[in-house]
Amino acid sequence: MKKIYMDYAASTPVDEKVFEEMLPFLKTSYGNPSSIHSLGVEAFDAVEEARERVAKLIHAKDDEIIFTSGGTESDNFAIKGVAYKNKDKRGGKGYNIITSSIEHPAVLETCKHLESQGFKVRYLPVDKYGIVNPDDVKTAISKDTFLVTIMFANNEIGTIEPIEEIGKITKKNDVLFHTDAVQAISTIPIDVKGLNIDLLSISSHKIYGPKGCGALYARKGVKLQPLMHGGGHEGKLRSGTYNTPGIVGLGKACEIVKERISTDAKNLKSLRDSLIKNVLKIEESYLNGHPEKRLANNAHFRFSAIEGESLNLMLDDEGIAGATGSACSSKKLQASHVLIAIGLKPEEAHGSLRLSLGRQSTKEEISIVYEKISKIVEKLRYMSPLWNR
Amino acid sequence: MCPMYSEKVMEHFRNPKNMGEIKDADGVGTVGNPTCGDLMTIYIKVKDDVITDIKFKTFGCAAAIATSSMITEIAKNKTLSEAQKITRDNVAEKLDGLPPIKMHCSNLASDALKAAINDYKKKHK
Ligand SMILES: Cc1ncc(COP(=O)(O)O)c(C=O)c1O
Repeated sequence: MKKIYMDYAASTPVDEKVFEEMLPFLKTSYGNPSSIHSLGVEAFDAVEEARERVAKLIHAKDDEIIFTSGGTESDNFAIKGVAYKNKDKRGGKGYNIITSSIEHPAVLETCKHLESQGFKVRYLPVDKYGIVNPDDVKTAISKDTFLVTIMFANNEIGTIEPIEEIGKITKKNDVLFHTDAVQAISTIPIDVKGLNIDLLSISSHKIYGPKGCGALYARKGVKLQPLMHGGGHEGKLRSGTYNTPGIVGLGKACEIVKERISTDAKNLKSLRDSLIKNVLKIEESYLNGHPEKRLANNAHFRFSAIEGESLNLMLDDEGIAGATGSACSSKKLQASHVLIAIGLKPEEAHGSLRLSLGRQSTKEEISIVYEKISKIVEKLRYMSPLWNR
Repeated sequence: MCPMYSEKVMEHFRNPKNMGEIKDADGVGTVGNPTCGDLMTIYIKVKDDVITDIKFKTFGCAAAIATSSMITEIAKNKTLSEAQKITRDNVAEKLDGLPPIKMHCSNLASDALKAAINDYKKKHK
């Protein structure tokens, strides 16, 4: 059976060119980039070339890029790194950090941790599409606020946030602005300077690079407290021997994104829209998230009277890989916080299905997936006591 | 194939036994709550205190569907007093175990069967 992968938002395959670029650094160029011999220098040069490529993608300077172990570390570093430098702002009336209720756990759990350390955090609500209201950001800012962290685009429902408006507000109020761009970076051109972004998180495995690698952009002048202490790598900000193959892979992945971002976005959008149009033909099926302000590769559905884990396992039996926000598939047994935040009832959230597309997705896959989904939804509804037709 | 579930669970999930409704059921029991993601209804036909037919309808995850299917297999042709003694653990054991996290939330089939038997008893006092 031919496999159909529609879970690119969870992870992507490594691009062939990325793989080839990485190989020498696993086999022959294994030196430590911090060593002064030629094998070390070779690796050092490769790390610096990668840094340049990452910087170019988001219009940053090379020395504004810090390599990390992935999106989770970048989010932790941005938020804790800034918070620990602003400890004296604790204890006031106002909020120290402003974020949204639909962030990735890497942001939300970091904020919750900081609350336990005495910081005050405001979790802004979102509308039914998952959009943060910039006015809410403005209202929440006080003299105690030092950081606003709002994701560029949501990983579940694909909603794109009003980053430009928020950037204007944070700049005007002299507050730092961090954005988790892990999902957005491969399809939305980002200019950190133009958008007034001070900190931005990137993950390699969502953009056809290897897993376990990422980067944090930190605008020159932004003060961060390191989380990793040790040999003093990355200007003493992030110690630990460079993951040379990973970093080289991330750099190449960024270079490729820069080359093909507009064609990728255009192709994915057309595939996505055809997928949405087809799937919504199914009775009592709905699209979660915004119809237009959504990632080019994200389709997120909800079907009444069925449960998402069952749906996903049956799709898997047909060789189709998707994802669900149902409680039953999560370790916490709670419906997705994002779906609850956009106002869905738990029983509605359980029947959700995320299909995310990527460079290998095709038109044929879309029609196969639509047909399989309609059959499976029908089968599960026939089983369901909630479906009385 | 599925790292979470035993082969037995997947077998019952893929091809559930006795799925459907009994229109003229002698007892009907519904347990669970769609808010939590699981809701099941069990229908029974009873003759001389023996369950002669049993069917189910379930909204829920693979564990919920598999336990529903399994209990119908265990309870068929049992006397009411035997059927009433079937526990959640019995059902899980017959399925070669359930992931710990699913033992409580989705293992409601024995409760649904008990509810169906109680419904029958109430109607046939
Ligand atoms: C929006 C968002 N932020 C952060 C992460 C975490 O990235 P990583 O898997 O590289 O730690 C992910 C990926 O799951 C994500 O989608």
